[in-house]
Amino acid sequence: MSRSTRHDGDVRAPDDDPQAASRVTTAPVPAPLVLRRRRTPKVPYLLLIPSIAILALALGYPLFWQVVTSTKQFGLKQQFGFPAKFVGLDNYAKLVTDPYLWEVIVRSIVFCVVCAAATMVLGVGVALLMKNVHKPVRLFLQITMLLAWAMPVVASMTVWRWLFDYRRGAVNYVLTQMGFDFVGHSWLENPLSFFFVAAVIVVWGAVPFVAFSVFAGLTQVPDEVLEAAAIDGANGWQRFWGITLPIVRPVLAIVLLLQLVWDLRVFAQIKLLQDAGGTPSETNLLGTYIYQLGIGSGDFGLSSAVSIFVLVLTIALSWGYVRTLLREDES
Amino acid sequence: MSELSGITTGLATGGASGGLTGVSAGAGHAATVPNRSRISGRSVTKVVLSLVGVGVALAWVFPVYFMISSSLLPNVRLSSGKPIFFPTGARLANYRAVLESGTFYTALRMSIAVTVLTVIITIMFAFLGALAISRFKFRGRKSFILAVLFIQMLPAEGLFIAQYKLVGSLHLMNSVIGVTMIYVAAVVPFTIWMLRGFVAGVPAELEEAAMVDGLSRTRAFLRITFPLLAPGLIASGVFAFLQAWNEFTVALVVLQTDTSRTLPLWLRGFVQTSSTKDIDWGQVMAASSLIAVPVIIFFLFVQGRLTSGLVSGAVKG
Repeated sequence: MSRSTRHDGDVRAPDDDPQAASRVTTAPVPAPLVLRRRRTPKVPYLLLIPSIAILALALGYPLFWQVVTSTKQFGLKQQFGFPAKFVGLDNYAKLVTDPYLWEVIVRSIVFCVVCAAATMVLGVGVALLMKNVHKPVRLFLQITMLLAWAMPVVASMTVWRWLFDYRRGAVNYVLTQMGFDFVGHSWLENPLSFFFVAAVIVVWGAVPFVAFSVFAGLTQVPDEVLEAAAIDGANGWQRFWGITLPIVRPVLAIVLLLQLVWDLRVFAQIKLLQDAGGTPSETNLLGTYIYQLGIGSGDFGLSSAVSIFVLVLTIALSWGYVRTLLREDES
Repeated sequence: MSELSGITTGLATGGASGGLTGVSAGAGHAATVPNRSRISGRSVTKVVLSLVGVGVALAWVFPVYFMISSSLLPNVRLSSGKPIFFPTGARLANYRAVLESGTFYTALRMSIAVTVLTVIITIMFAFLGALAISRFKFRGRKSFILAVLFIQMLPAEGLFIAQYKLVGSLHLMNSVIGVTMIYVAAVVPFTIWMLRGFVAGVPAELEEAAMVDGLSRTRAFLRITFPLLAPGLIASGVFAFLQAWNEFTVALVVLQTDTSRTLPLWLRGFVQTSSTKDIDWGQVMAASSLIAVPVIIFFLFVQGRLTSGLVSGAVKG
């Protein structure tokens, strides 16, 4: 007791904490490290209890329910409380043989890959611009990118919906002014142009993240090396392929993975565009299809099976990403 | 400093570059700075790139600008068929109309309740979790991190039907608690990951030194480590705020009555009700701005952390 107060006069803690006091009196000065190892085996688990509890409740249980439900038959009867019948893998079999599901899967994957590719190309382009323009321009570019990135999806969807509005949209107006006939052109009626609009919106929202991440990677490229290469006669492309690209490759890989995973889950954008006039059956992607199956027609068995497909696909895609982050944790 | 001089050379040779790109027309221009031709070769590229940069920046910010600009104009002018790109004669009438509609406040209250609750619970839970994985070595630590990272990637779209059933069976449909529960679970993994870096950044020796000086472990933590973690806690709080405030998918499923809608659902409803008549785009844009502006402001605080948290393995420093 007396020792602890002598150590630090203005700290009141030990007086009302007998445990601490006894620890200090019983242990020599460098002991806390040793003590810590001995005293703490339970502490980390206690600290994790709240997180694990909420994850188990709100994610773990639904996941479990989903796996179980995907093996059951749900129909109108079950809506009114009849127990669902176990049907094994029937739902999966039904899905695998359903050409419409394949259509939706192919559509989702193509949409995802196209969006991710376009986002990467534009994002890297913007990052290179940020690196190579005058400082005020860079600042301007960064601020505008941030604004676009910060827009909530529902708000930006509303603006884009208006920009592409068939009657008063600015897009139709500008295109008409440029000499094309776009008076009253409905962008959302045709599935292909529906997805074009959706892709524009998704890419617009995703480019800033890629641009900032890649720009951060580019700042790791030492200027001296680039200058030395320039003196040795390497032109711009050679410097980019030979020096810059290898250094930013890890960032590119991780950002591409994230884009693929995120572009697979474009529920809000598609749903809100369907509100605005797309034909759902022709424009469904996986997210809206699950919604339609589950909430729309109450077929929880089928919708669970599709959900599990989405989860498995996501986990497969995330593998490399998670490995990279883990490596970071170990270092 | 070198950056600054770069700009001045760029600006000084700006005239020359104009001449060089429009070769036939501006030959006289280029002649005015003959002795700088080697520098200007690179500056020309830089000026051209800067112009492209300005163009890209304008294109990207246009939807945001157009939203705010249109929100200030009466619908009569917006529906004239010709888009108005500069809001001359701006009024706040649309905002007044939206705010007076009453339903906005119901949704605002709901959004605030859900967001505040999500932020507080997430920070508490994630903070304890981050402490566990960054300050302790224990069996299962690696599996937990692995689980956290994977969960963070799971799309709401892959689980929302099951979560809808869960919330329903707990009799929490249309309630703040039900939707908050799902949000906390969705946000906690990334927040743990983000905070882990902050906690690891405060050396444990600091805490130990305080313990040597006689503080209990808890007090040493509260007095020494906690204040140093404030920036991290704020950043993760803002992250949780953004997620809860903007979330659409889960809200759509578990909040189905008009009175329980959060702002994103309210905005969707607002557009839908007005689309049965002729959409009042001025009001709709005012409504969008009302939701977006607080988000944009908060977002500017955490952007850097967000980027480095998401790609931390790939970008050092």
